[in-house]
Amino acid sequence: MPTFEVLKGSRAVRWWKVVLVLAAIGGVVTLLAYGFTTDPRAIPSTLTGKPAPDFSLTLFDGRTIQLSDFRGKVVFLNFWASWCPPCRAEARLLEQSWQRYKDQGVVFLGVDIQDTEEAARRFIQEFGVTYMNGRDPNNRIGIDYGVYGIPETFFIDKEGRITYKHIGALGWETILVKVGDAARGIASTEGKSRDYQAISVR
Amino acid sequence: MRSRLGRAGRAESTVPALLGRRWQVAGLLSLALAISGVAVGASGAGSPPSDLEERVREVASELRCVVCQNLSVADSPSDLAKEMRNLVRELLQQGKTPEEIQAYFVSRYGEYVLLSPPKRGFNLLVWGLPFLAIAAGAWGIYLVTRRWTAQREDSEQPVDPSYAARVRRELQEREGPAGS
Repeated sequence: MPTFEVLKGSRAVRWWKVVLVLAAIGGVVTLLAYGFTTDPRAIPSTLTGKPAPDFSLTLFDGRTIQLSDFRGKVVFLNFWASWCPPCRAEARLLEQSWQRYKDQGVVFLGVDIQDTEEAARRFIQEFGVTYMNGRDPNNRIGIDYGVYGIPETFFIDKEGRITYKHIGALGWETILVKVGDAARGIASTEGKSRDYQAISVR
Repeated sequence: MRSRLGRAGRAESTVPALLGRRWQVAGLLSLALAISGVAVGASGAGSPPSDLEERVREVASELRCVVCQNLSVADSPSDLAKEMRNLVRELLQQGKTPEEIQAYFVSRYGEYVLLSPPKRGFNLLVWGLPFLAIAAGAWGIYLVTRRWTAQREDSEQPVDPSYAARVRRELQEREGPAGS
């Protein structure tokens, strides 16, 4: 009995305390490691792999289109504003890409948000944009697509499913790969640390 | 265990020590109650506001402005937040409940759009850890104060009568030859 008391009083209790302190430190370190390896500004899209919300849009030329009209075609849907520098940076590339894809069953569609009609029209004229463009004055389409920064681009496959969402100015490689993926129905997303992650293949 | 038994045996020091401990426990309890009271007060839902704008504000204050730094849709002056408030107003007018509106925004922006993370899964850590930390801190304070009071009691330990008698006797012996 005295031996047990001694053990309980010193060694056993101390061992328990050490484990508790180490567990607490380990927990805090794990949380910090998780926090510091995650980009706090990255908002993962909840829509990739899901059906693209349908909408109707009045174009700058007066026509009104419906997204579902383009079922059976790959849709390149770009949200932009005339005051946004990355939108200006990618504008010429988007027009060049449209010229390249327009005979291949790919639809390019621009949605102008948080902008004035006058400025948007000037932008279209300045960059010689010829693909379909319309203004979303209340940003309802943008919110429906979870857009929070511009430019944001959605690649939609022939069945009307979002296969990829890109935030920021696009490069030619991304357009080439993601239009190709959408044509084959391959959905992908940027995972943690911006690593590529295919989420489904149809 | 040893020290508690030792203290129980000393009538002089036990009563003040117990009183002191009761005060400590009472203090810690009132602290915990105050904290939980504040938490309940903060999350307590009052009567539902009848005015539409008030309801818009209530729903929007639960949504994060996704282009801001830690601002709700209700408080942000940004264009996107304004558009989101307009949409909330429209959805409320259509008869949608605040829960349905919240679910809509979550389906578009993910759970990130909620200012308060839902109380499930990994998020429980966010809700539980502060209380766990307060409890651990309170326990730590309790342990430290107990150790301090124990040390003070030890220093007030009555002197062994035989030892006191020996000191007195030896002092007398030393003073005896010096005084004569």
